[in-house]
Amino acid sequence: MASPANFETASSFVVAPQPQMKFWQRATFRKKVVPWLFVLPILLINIAVVLGPAISAIYYSMTEWTGIGEAKWIGLENYRRLLFHDDAFRHAFRNNLLWLLMFLTVPIALALIAASLLSQIKRGAIVYRLGLFLPYVLPSVVVAAIWRSLLNPDRGITAKLSDWGVPGMDKAFLGNGSTVLPTIAFVDNWHFWGFLMVLFLASMQNIPPELYEAARLDGASKWQEFRDITIPGIRPTLVFMILMTSIWSFLTFDYIWVLTQGGPAGASEVLSVLVFKNAFMNLEAGYASAIGLSMSFFVGIVIAIFIFLRKRGWEI
Amino acid sequence: MAATTTPTPEPNSSRRRGGRTGLGIIPNYVVLTLLAIFALGPLVILAFNSLKGKAEIGSNPLGFPKSFLWSNYPDAWKVGNFSTTLQNSGILVGITVVGVIVLGGMAAYSLAKLNLPGANIVTLYLLIGSSLPIQLFLVPLFFLWQKLGLVNSLPGLAIIYIAINAPLAIFLLRSYMVQLPADFEDAARIDGANEWQIFSQVIVPLSWPGFLTVGLVVALSVWNEFLLATVFLTDQSKFTVVTSYYNFTSRFSRDWGMTSAAAMMMIVPIIVIFLALQRRFIEGMTQGGLKG
Repeated sequence: MASPANFETASSFVVAPQPQMKFWQRATFRKKVVPWLFVLPILLINIAVVLGPAISAIYYSMTEWTGIGEAKWIGLENYRRLLFHDDAFRHAFRNNLLWLLMFLTVPIALALIAASLLSQIKRGAIVYRLGLFLPYVLPSVVVAAIWRSLLNPDRGITAKLSDWGVPGMDKAFLGNGSTVLPTIAFVDNWHFWGFLMVLFLASMQNIPPELYEAARLDGASKWQEFRDITIPGIRPTLVFMILMTSIWSFLTFDYIWVLTQGGPAGASEVLSVLVFKNAFMNLEAGYASAIGLSMSFFVGIVIAIFIFLRKRGWEI
Repeated sequence: MAATTTPTPEPNSSRRRGGRTGLGIIPNYVVLTLLAIFALGPLVILAFNSLKGKAEIGSNPLGFPKSFLWSNYPDAWKVGNFSTTLQNSGILVGITVVGVIVLGGMAAYSLAKLNLPGANIVTLYLLIGSSLPIQLFLVPLFFLWQKLGLVNSLPGLAIIYIAINAPLAIFLLRSYMVQLPADFEDAARIDGANEWQIFSQVIVPLSWPGFLTVGLVVALSVWNEFLLATVFLTDQSKFTVVTSYYNFTSRFSRDWGMTSAAAMMMIVPIIVIFLALQRRFIEGMTQGGLKG
């Protein structure tokens, strides 16, 4: 990488470019080129893997392309098809929105409650924190397999609950078009919410305890403390995680693919599943690129909304 | 994006919200214990089931096993082809971690210490690059890799992992290196060391905790990765632990004892390493919001 030569000079600050010096010994080389040599390898790899293909995806999205042969230019035809003629796309997009709704409510509420309770205790706090975080480090295929057995309509935990007389539990939750998506979201959440909880907890621990003492002297209730001190105190983290959760909701893939591959009969398909199916099963790589691009567009919209709100003076 | 910086959670925080002591704290423990049962109960059931035979699973699918059928483990090891898949996953993790640490560390050093001309542009590029969805570039990338003969190649997939994991690693390492006092590098420079020697012999040893954190988080994310491994490794001899398990569970979906044993073999090492180094893991995973 950088020149292995040992420099005779005392330090780079006093090097004056002298005619007999080799080019790598010159100060401009050390100051301008060497720093670039350190970033170039990773930058080139990143461009080859991410930026190059991302840009060519824009081109391919306007072609008919199986992925193997030549791509045939068809202009905006793919987008026309996607917007006006593809029920699967519309349905998948609606599922992404439902997913977004579910992930912006349940895990965030659960994580806020748990973090708030956990921030008030001392004994055993570390054990609870680790235990609640643990599912987050497990691979999706294992989490999916565990819950597939627990949700088995014959011998899972839902069957047990049904035996005990809990109503509505005698279903094949993953095999039923009306319950499949919330069920997968539930499984994904089981693995995900502990991560949010740890982030919120870390943020809550930075709130000065004096604020709570003052509130208590004023006779504030627990709810008032939570609403007026805890939530404002962790707002930057909270808003950032709402942003990230929104973005991830448009990209979700693993749990849906592993649990149902989008089934039954497409009921749990989301956009990323459509990309996968079109590109690698239907030989419609051009159309898949168009769907991939539309996903990035939705992510872009989410980010734009946050930037807009910040510009409007929301402190986020 | 300024809100990215999340303070390191202190494992034994002395800053508790005082006052609510004594009996008033009991409801907290009750709720938290219920949540802990929700989080860990499924794993306990998995451990139970990994020791049951087919017949017992049918009669007792959730409870403690009546007799321990340890042979599920060697069976799952053999049928699940763990000796191959563990090696594949190990190679992927190894190449990726080394690549991210060396190449990402170099870039972080340049950004933190070398006054890289155009550093803002590089940072902006990495920020945008790391937030592009995989699905955007996945399709052209796959067919490009196919042309280059890098599909079904472990190093080929590792290159992708390196590219994707590098930006976060660079940000983490850079923030670590910026805090190092300049005295050490200056001394080395006066002694005639060049930039590479300063990086490898001064900066890396001084910022090893940052490197350890990055290495652990990258290793875990590569170990668990599913989408890219499914797409880029279609040959069974190249399957990772995760993609092989996915096939395994669909082939042996009725044999819960064996699939549970296979799952246990996959997650117990992760859990042990996670618990042993939990501070570093949580620090690394919560800084910058790793992809969930």
